[in-house]
Amino acid sequence: MSDTPLLKVKDISKFYGSRIGCRDVSFDLWPGEVLAIVGESGSGKTTLLNCISTRLLPTTGSVEYHMRDETYRDLFRMSEAERRFLMRTDWGFVHQNPADGLRMTVSAGANVGERLMAIGNRHYGNIRNTAIDWLERVEIDADRIDDQPRAFSGGMRQRLQIARNLVTGPRLVFMDEPTGGLDVSVQARLLDLVRGLVNDLGLSAIIVTHDLAVARLLSHRMMVMKDGYVIEQGLTDRVLDDPREPYTQLLVSSILQV
Amino acid sequence: MTELATYNFAYLDEQTKRMIRRAILKAIAIPGYQVPFASREMPMPYGWGTGGVQLTAAIIGPQDVLKVIDQGADDTTNAVSIRAFFQKVANVAVTTRTDEATIIQTRHRIPEAKLGPNQVLVYQVPIPEPLRYLEPRETETRKMHALEEYGLMHVKLYEDIARNGRIATTYAYPVKVAGRYVMDPSPTPKFDNPKMHLSDALQLFGAGREKRIYAVPPYTEVVSLDFEDHPFEVQRFDKPCALCGAEQVYLDEVILDDKGGRMFVCSDTDFCEDRRAHGHVGAMLAPNGLAVDGLPDSKEAAE
Repeated sequence: MSDTPLLKVKDISKFYGSRIGCRDVSFDLWPGEVLAIVGESGSGKTTLLNCISTRLLPTTGSVEYHMRDETYRDLFRMSEAERRFLMRTDWGFVHQNPADGLRMTVSAGANVGERLMAIGNRHYGNIRNTAIDWLERVEIDADRIDDQPRAFSGGMRQRLQIARNLVTGPRLVFMDEPTGGLDVSVQARLLDLVRGLVNDLGLSAIIVTHDLAVARLLSHRMMVMKDGYVIEQGLTDRVLDDPREPYTQLLVSSILQV
Repeated sequence: MTELATYNFAYLDEQTKRMIRRAILKAIAIPGYQVPFASREMPMPYGWGTGGVQLTAAIIGPQDVLKVIDQGADDTTNAVSIRAFFQKVANVAVTTRTDEATIIQTRHRIPEAKLGPNQVLVYQVPIPEPLRYLEPRETETRKMHALEEYGLMHVKLYEDIARNGRIATTYAYPVKVAGRYVMDPSPTPKFDNPKMHLSDALQLFGAGREKRIYAVPPYTEVVSLDFEDHPFEVQRFDKPCALCGAEQVYLDEVILDDKGGRMFVCSDTDFCEDRRAHGHVGAMLAPNGLAVDGLPDSKEAAE
């Protein structure tokens, strides 16, 4: 890990009218680090993720990103063109529902190739070869390349969404409940895959989940949110094995043991 | 035109013409950019060329000579109706000859004859947004145009190649205008795309239902999108026109009987008639033994 954070989040708050979305959240994300944001439904996890990834404009606060040219830029002071370019090259966003992140009416190959074409790749053969390569890396058979995502199972769609995001070699990936809605065995396979990819590519990731098992498997560090506030943060193993806050203790002890 | 004294010249009132002309000027200033305009109700249904008619009405003057074509033909219902409409409301001269016209309103084709700097080509456009079927949100497509994010256009072409082994889009083939805006050239066959490039004539596009006007000024670069390993190509035809023997033109297939008989003739009727008037003869009109245009020898003509 290098000695400069990839992302500096300072005092992010988001209000929906008088209601709190999230309040005064600050943290640094380091290169290669996976941060999990956990908490119950309505605790502000997704609001926070959307604020950091510039999909929502926060009421207060700033998010600075370490650009490839070694400078820090405030994401909300960038032009929209720069921000959108950053989002489709250096970042990835994996939605809970694959239909939100995929183009359901075009083939898997075109889904993976879209980002390449967006940054100016104009050679069909190369785009297709890259797409085949990425489909194999996320364990989708190469002969499914011309099928539309609607012909894919839920797990395959989610893996296709991940391939689509990683094809430009991003440095930061946001994931919103990546395993939500998948059955347990498919979840396990997906988690395994994500963990491998994050390790191989040295990705940083921010993962929102309500599933503590997902956080345990994937993340180095975690933040626990309740009612819009971050009530506890620390190394994942520390938080899960030795929770300090009463709410975190409750959360950890509420996991069903089979 | 005494019995029409209560009508304004060319149907539209002056304020409306002013509004449309301003939109046209803006469209010419920003080639390929879709300028919104307050499209009026016209005395014909949407889809029949209300956008093109409004453009023509806004630019036409008493000295103009109007030609209207539909699929290249001067004698189809749409063309005849619009021509009659302007004869009635503007009392202008009309023609079927491409070289005599100063304004040519068209649906689906660009005339085969090269257009000159004194001519304006007005297109009737059903769907002005090239990204429509890929990105249904109008707010999003406008943003994509503004930020020049055109990767999605290539996704469509990629899909074409993945499904058909080649770019199978044959009409409304997307073009990039003056190196900036991606534009839908209306449902013209891609055969006509190269004619838009560095054209001498001003090209105006009007979409009445969608309330958009866009333009390609004369001598503007118009480049059809493609891939490096799948370059843009126009349609090719195996045989020349059966009536006038023309090659390198866009042909229509005409079914002759229910036994598989068919002929291919010029889609541009004026071009075909002009060639025949100059003595060119195609396979189906040639008396036996006469030399036929476009075929190596007259034996094939007898087939």
